[in-house]
Amino acid sequence: MTKVSMTVNGKARSVEVPDNTLLVDYIRENLRLTGTHVGCDTSQCGACVVHVDGQAVKSCTMLAAAAEGAEVTTIEGVAASKDDLHPMQVAFKENHGLQCGFCTPGMIMAATDMVSRYKAAGKTLDEPAIREELEGNICRCTGYHNIVKAIADGASKMA
Amino acid sequence: MYDTTYYRASSVSDATSKLAGTEDGKFLGGGQTLIPTMKQRLAAPSDLVDVSGIDALKNISVEGDTVTIGAACTHAQVAGSSEVAEAIPALASLANGIGDPAVRARGTIGGSIANNDPAADYPAGCLGLGATIVTDAREIPADEFFVGMFETALDEGEMVTAVKFPKATKAGYAKFPNPASRYAMVGVLAAQTANGVRVAVTGAGNDGVFRHAALEEALGANWSADATQGVSTDEGDMLADIHGSAEYRAHLVGVMAGRAVDNS
Amino acid sequence: MTDQGIGARVLRKEDKRFITGKGKYTDDIVQPNQAYAAFVRSPHAHANVKSIDASAAEAMDGVEAVLNGHQLTGDAIGNIICGWGITSKDGSPMNMGAWSALATEKVRYVGDAVAVVIADSKAQAQAAAEAVMVEYEVLPATSNVRDSMKEGAPQIHENAPGNQIFDWEIGNKDETDAALASAHHTTTMDITNNRLSPNPMEPRSAVATFDESEDHYTLYTTSQNPHVARLVLSAFYNVAPEHKLRVIAPDVGGGFGAKIYIYPEEIVCLWASMKTNRSVKWTSTRSEAFLTDAHGRDHVSTATMGFDADNNIVGFKINTKANLGAYMSLFSSSVPTYLYATLLSGQYNIANVYCDVQTYYTNTVPVDAYRGAGRPEASYLVERMMETAARELGVDPGELRRQNFVREFPHQTPVIMAYDSGDFAGNLDQAKAAADVAGFAARKEEAAKRGKLRGMGYSNYIEACGIAPSAAVGSLGAGVGLWESAEVRVNPVGTIEILTGSHSHGQGHETTFAQLVSERFDLPTENIQIVHGDTDKVQFGMGTYGSRSGAVGMSAISKALDKVEAKVKKIAAHVLEAAEDDIVIEGGEVKVKGTDKAMGWHEVGLSAYTAHNLPEGMEPGLKEGAFYDPTNFTFPAGCYICEVEVDPQTGVTEIVQFTASDDFGTIINPMIVEGQVHGGIAQGIGQAMLEHAVYDDDGQLLSGSYMDYCMPRADDVPNYTVSHHSTTCPGNPLGMKGCGEAGAIGSPPAVINAITDAIGNNNLSMPATPSRVWAALQQVSAAQAAE
Repeated sequence: MTKVSMTVNGKARSVEVPDNTLLVDYIRENLRLTGTHVGCDTSQCGACVVHVDGQAVKSCTMLAAAAEGAEVTTIEGVAASKDDLHPMQVAFKENHGLQCGFCTPGMIMAATDMVSRYKAAGKTLDEPAIREELEGNICRCTGYHNIVKAIADGASKMA
Repeated sequence: MYDTTYYRASSVSDATSKLAGTEDGKFLGGGQTLIPTMKQRLAAPSDLVDVSGIDALKNISVEGDTVTIGAACTHAQVAGSSEVAEAIPALASLANGIGDPAVRARGTIGGSIANNDPAADYPAGCLGLGATIVTDAREIPADEFFVGMFETALDEGEMVTAVKFPKATKAGYAKFPNPASRYAMVGVLAAQTANGVRVAVTGAGNDGVFRHAALEEALGANWSADATQGVSTDEGDMLADIHGSAEYRAHLVGVMAGRAVDNS
Repeated sequence: MTDQGIGARVLRKEDKRFITGKGKYTDDIVQPNQAYAAFVRSPHAHANVKSIDASAAEAMDGVEAVLNGHQLTGDAIGNIICGWGITSKDGSPMNMGAWSALATEKVRYVGDAVAVVIADSKAQAQAAAEAVMVEYEVLPATSNVRDSMKEGAPQIHENAPGNQIFDWEIGNKDETDAALASAHHTTTMDITNNRLSPNPMEPRSAVATFDESEDHYTLYTTSQNPHVARLVLSAFYNVAPEHKLRVIAPDVGGGFGAKIYIYPEEIVCLWASMKTNRSVKWTSTRSEAFLTDAHGRDHVSTATMGFDADNNIVGFKINTKANLGAYMSLFSSSVPTYLYATLLSGQYNIANVYCDVQTYYTNTVPVDAYRGAGRPEASYLVERMMETAARELGVDPGELRRQNFVREFPHQTPVIMAYDSGDFAGNLDQAKAAADVAGFAARKEEAAKRGKLRGMGYSNYIEACGIAPSAAVGSLGAGVGLWESAEVRVNPVGTIEILTGSHSHGQGHETTFAQLVSERFDLPTENIQIVHGDTDKVQFGMGTYGSRSGAVGMSAISKALDKVEAKVKKIAAHVLEAAEDDIVIEGGEVKVKGTDKAMGWHEVGLSAYTAHNLPEGMEPGLKEGAFYDPTNFTFPAGCYICEVEVDPQTGVTEIVQFTASDDFGTIINPMIVEGQVHGGIAQGIGQAMLEHAVYDDDGQLLSGSYMDYCMPRADDVPNYTVSHHSTTCPGNPLGMKGCGEAGAIGSPPAVINAITDAIGNNNLSMPATPSRVWAALQQVSAAQAAE
């Protein structure tokens, strides 16, 4: 057991967990933030994507202990305040970029990450780039058409 | 996942001495291969010594004709490095094609090569560019480092600390991803180096990454995609599975070699 | 008027909780005193269970209990059943083998559970499950129909000699044989429909709680049909009496058929909860999902289609062999029979159709309905035959279809179905225009300059939805009626709750069902709440599958709304002292037509509940229910055109254009309908090019994770051009046909027809992976070299 401390969605958290606890289990089971999902066990579906120190990572493929001292943002913390929505959340709704909603939190976390990376690098996030960037996020419902539209729209809303 | 004990190392000597004291410990880099393997209960290290936080291993430097990449540099860091992009663009592009963005944010070069997954990209990068793998104990040429599938020349407890890449005159990488896993089904790095043309193939071989003598000879004589046509690859050395026959992989080696040249 | 009624692109009401991470899925639920289940599963495809030694596991930390199949059957928990009886040609019933939720004597597929560990934590349960020692006597196995039907094949169930489950037929055999014998041209093909794993992104999960004080059970589960689950768990599996069992399917992360069935894990969690007096939770890993979620498709067929000298189809004969896996899943028998062969007339006027189907056991996970269920198998077969015949006859594939279209409705096919409406030529024309078929030759030429092979393929699909008139399906063997129920509750303040037996797991019912009410009463959708998925709240329902929630579920709501509307008008007429016929509902008011007399909508609600001034003899309150039984199947149809470019060096296919023209009848929310089509097409492209559930000859699953099972990703699929050309369905009050499965049904043949057109070789099976396409191209080169 190790006491693992990190800041999650702006709030300092500290929980004693077994060393083999995955970050996603720390988030879901210990902190009861259940918006982060688990859709596979081979690090491919991306339903578990969160931001650790500003980078999108798969929380199912990282030990909680390895996030000691980190700043973690989950879907529950992506909006500026409780009554607000992040522009990318708005874009997913307005473009019907979700159906069952299970992959959606990971999609939104991956989307905001790709937008900031492209912006930082001064690159254009066009449709082929969005499709390529989504390699690690699987959706079974939407056929991706509206997710791609949503991310393009969200990117312009984030500008 | 089986029980394990986690330790975050602060320095290389801290990491190696810590590991030496464990029953069956393993170094943990970004964990993008080791953690899934542990989740599948296919690995059960007694201890994990996390080396991804060691600052000394996170540097990329270019000195003269050598690009040195610290073992804890992530794929995203290498892909985004302007020094790497300028010195060896093929290496930046190779790193940018590993896994997906979230995997690239965590996975490290040291972890990748120490594991020597037969479908990983970096082994082709190291072998094709003629890199030298630096460990806490010695320097190992890539030609000697990659021994076989998941096997390297690393001794028990020996830790990769950096990889030194000599600049190439020209180099290109082309990858045919497995449609499902997106790992390399065939990945070819072709380079014109100070020591002649080198061609390394990952993903396809039934014993891990290998150098392709016939392609090296053909490209040594004529550095063009056309030169790869008609160069055959022994099907007997190829993997075969539900994604493709040995014949198909052997064919793709030639095609990807041509594209690697085009990308150079 | 609100702008939220039928036909409006209303944004989804349910989205807020999903985009903020507040959706509530089964695995998100934690009960007090909750323990975790881990199953001990067979690593062998076929083996006798000699012994189970749980002593080491029982002694481990946190282990509450280790339970096995003998204890399960000892507690009189019933075997898992198939709910649709099929009668063979010779009049004999199907051979249903016994399926216990925990195997006792024998395991029949890799993943078949023999025991379960209940422990304090997930990790403890998994560790203990590994410590359960099971001694197996391994038996030879078969993983496909070809091997199962062989002389001397391993016998999987004692009561199924030769592993055959049934040998069934439909259509007019003698007439079909005669028509084919006298045909001017015949086209014959062997066609395989590849086995798939449904893969909803949310893995299955169950949380069962036994309340000893009330002898009452609660089950949270990932179900498309919680009431059916309760019925079956109670009536057949004897887990608990129906009135003592509450089943809740909260937010469910996709279904696609895989979450229709009641699986062993749900039965075991409920039973284990009673045995241990703890809440028991089980959540599937993706690896477990590949091993245990029912798979789909897996047909091998031979078909012959005959044409007269004018290219009119004169007969169509098909033999199909279907793999149903190791046990008969809930609706497994209906898929390769009534959901399949009844659609083999396609969009065409064919006087003679005959199909016989043999089904077999294999040592693989059970096969049941997956998005489309039988209809994709039919459309793939019919539409590949049509495209191939057109090539053989040297005619335009679109025109060969057009010439043979059914044009008059109703149209009785030789295989049960009576098509009620459609304009197949209209869909063909719309799709051809949108796909710019006229410009294809120029595009092909341009692609060739870039070294790419460009091809185009059609698919004119028809399917049957709105399943289905209860008496009709009953006569065909179904064990249940397939009506739907609804209840409309108008509250005293005028807000409305709709209770429905349909279940939404991505389809957007909370929005579309509210739109229906908005249309009827001219109220904003925010005042309307849809309640579903809880057997304590909704009295009964048949759930959501087979694209039935619009045509059947909304028809039930519509019927209940009729009753509410009638009562509202009576109350208003009484209060406003006017004739009922003069009452109109609009703008949030109930008015007397042509006057300024009106009451607010909420005032009518209040009147109904205060009951101070109701018409003589009227009961207080404003709540009405209805059951709707469909009058016929509905027949969505359409035309899909796919255009591809193949890289001849690698065999990689890129879909450069995908055009759909669908006829879904009335559309409630075009945005949601388009989304359903997009997702369906992506799954169809997945089947055509990427996905394949593969077992080796020993019954080991080779595609057991996303490392080997290729899910469509964003860069595998194109943007889709989707359009509608609709005819109204005469069979239900809203004129709806259903849209949930069309994309998955219609797209695979369009993709394969396009690829075979591009490469000039029709010898290509799904999934058309780069490897297979390249191999097919090598055949072309070899043939050319031989010439």
